[in-house]
Amino acid sequence: MKHLLSIAELGRDGVDEVLRVADSFAEVNARAIPKVPALRGRTVATVFFEDSTRTRLSFETAAKRLSADTLSFSASSSSVNKGESLRDTALTIEALGVDCLVVRHKSAGVPWQLARWVDAAVVNAGDGWHEHPTQALLDCWALRRRVGQLEGLHIAIVGDIRHSRVARSDVAAFSLLGADVTLVAPATLQPASTVGWAPGPGRLAVSADLDAVLGGCDVVYLLRMQLERQGEPLLPSLREYTERFGLTAARADRLSDKALVMHPGPMNRGVEIAAEVADGPRSLILEQVEAGVSVRMAVLFLLLQGGTP
Amino acid sequence: MTSSPTGRGQALVIRGGTVLDAGGERRADVLIGADGRIAAVGTDLDAPVRIDAGDCVVTPGLVDLFAQLGQPGHEDTETIASAARAAALGGFTAVVARPDTDPPADCAAVVREILAIGADAVCDVRVSGALTVGLGGERLAPMAELAALGVRLFADEGGSTADTRLLRRALEYAADLGVTVADQPEDPTLARGGCAHEGEWASRLGLPGIPAEAEELGVMRDLALAHLTGGSLHLRRLSTAASLSMAAAARAGGVAVTTAVTPQHAVLTEAALAGYDPVFLFRPPLRPEADRLAVLAALADGRADVLVSDHWPQPLEAKELPVDAAAPGAVGLETVLGLALGPMGLTLAQALAALSWNPAAVAGLADAHGGRLVAGRPANLCVIDPSAVWSHDPATGASRSRNTPFGGVELRGRVRHTILWGEPVVSDGRVQR
Repeated sequence: MKHLLSIAELGRDGVDEVLRVADSFAEVNARAIPKVPALRGRTVATVFFEDSTRTRLSFETAAKRLSADTLSFSASSSSVNKGESLRDTALTIEALGVDCLVVRHKSAGVPWQLARWVDAAVVNAGDGWHEHPTQALLDCWALRRRVGQLEGLHIAIVGDIRHSRVARSDVAAFSLLGADVTLVAPATLQPASTVGWAPGPGRLAVSADLDAVLGGCDVVYLLRMQLERQGEPLLPSLREYTERFGLTAARADRLSDKALVMHPGPMNRGVEIAAEVADGPRSLILEQVEAGVSVRMAVLFLLLQGGTP
Repeated sequence: MTSSPTGRGQALVIRGGTVLDAGGERRADVLIGADGRIAAVGTDLDAPVRIDAGDCVVTPGLVDLFAQLGQPGHEDTETIASAARAAALGGFTAVVARPDTDPPADCAAVVREILAIGADAVCDVRVSGALTVGLGGERLAPMAELAALGVRLFADEGGSTADTRLLRRALEYAADLGVTVADQPEDPTLARGGCAHEGEWASRLGLPGIPAEAEELGVMRDLALAHLTGGSLHLRRLSTAASLSMAAAARAGGVAVTTAVTPQHAVLTEAALAGYDPVFLFRPPLRPEADRLAVLAALADGRADVLVSDHWPQPLEAKELPVDAAAPGAVGLETVLGLALGPMGLTLAQALAALSWNPAAVAGLADAHGGRLVAGRPANLCVIDPSAVWSHDPATGASRSRNTPFGGVELRGRVRHTILWGEPVVSDGRVQR
């Protein structure tokens, strides 16, 4: 594995490997001193052209627990605002002796472009509406730890699918691990096509009726809802969205007993998810955040070290 | 607008080739007089200077309706001289410059400047005029004044003419002047923010989409206005099956409309963006395979009149941005013929109709370019080896820019000689000045 750009490129074997290595690092993280010298002397740069406190902190924590040095680059405090090209920025950061670039950008495909220009490993930490592979990996890891395996599960992903990198990565990863996925959203938030999204064996379906899907779900995965995209209203109001697609307490009551609720954060409590559902026993949300560090340690380790920890 | 240069002062003959022009195909020698005009077309002609055209086709020079020549304002990416060399190498004897220069070609001074610089070029340089002042889409440019300088096509580059009422007036006014209004049909609100065809690949790749219907709504509007006004309309870069069908139906119904397509829409599909390389970024966006096949079919059956080079030089840094922020377009003058005969698989007659006599007629250049090779006509022609297989290296091309997805692609049909007003400006594949 040279880069981590998408779930599709990682494939089933790659996903399994990351999850397996993450198991080992979860043990490390449970120790009194959760730190190993695996990446001592290596440098990991988080290169965020778009703000994200959580993902950046998670990657930096993962790198530090592996004893790597970290550099932090953010667009708002950099020469990107002075018109420096993407390529110049990447080459400049690499010239500092960086072994791995963890990249977040508001435009799809930027990690691919950077990977063509630099020798360092590139990790996609979210590119536009396209992919967020470490989110999908940590979702799989957290879910697997709770339920044993994903095969045969039915997972509903609810929200702004069209503009969601989490949805694209999760569909690919859940499908690879054998879970069936239903994308639930009004037509304004569904993609124009889902051809090529689910590599299988898990199948992909689309629905505009959450209530019809709810009863058969093992997992309801809620996405953060935004009313507007680039000034374009996608819905009449958030209230109407909650009415039709929000996981309210009443809807959660209709879930099967074992059904779980997931969210990539940050949540809009009261919009896509009711507060009591987010904090209730079905919620896997904090375990997702926790899983992030172990999974990202596994990714960095596999890219920069190889072998077994 | 341009007076005919006097030729090179020496008679020459192109011997042993097959003449292919708007009148058909025949084996014949072409004798060119010292005055830069064709003196005779027939058998066993001779002159002091001989060009051997054995196994080659002798045709009217190609005419490009749509090329960004870089001057004035974009000299870092192209100059009229460098674009003209690229054009001559590609078999073109005339190119029509896009009006989106800086400043734009919206007044006599800029048009005169481009024509003056172009007068020394190795290709006949013509200008399409801005439709509105400053390409601003608000006030009509002085169309009559520009028409008097020889401008025959008017367009607002950088998108469609958004104001439907203004486009109506422009078509009405153009009809009086005998000139043509060109438009890049697109509904601006439906296309807003998009960079890739809305469909399978944009959805997979997470790129903001532009539906085919954005172009098709523009086509419907433009055809309705052409019908309403009786004005002459040219639709640029049509890229969907429905666009081409609607234009053909309107023409059958008497609307004065001509259409153009680009090599990229005939060769590439939406899947080309899978690696996120902005060299594959175009406006309109690359479409699905069914639309690509429709573009090819329209070139073959004549529903698409013109194959434009869509020559659009861009600096390297404009292609080193994220796909949704990068500049669209590719250089194309040197490769369009080789793409037409190679990857597109057009016959010589189909390719030359779309690259020579049809665009010459649309551009109002039929008195000097395109048409037929007969005695008395200006000697603007080229000699093509139709079976030559080659590939283009952007690094050694004549254009100042290298942005093309077709470097290294196997092309078929190579220009051996280009004759401009009787002067061999390209000989044995080399530009002479």
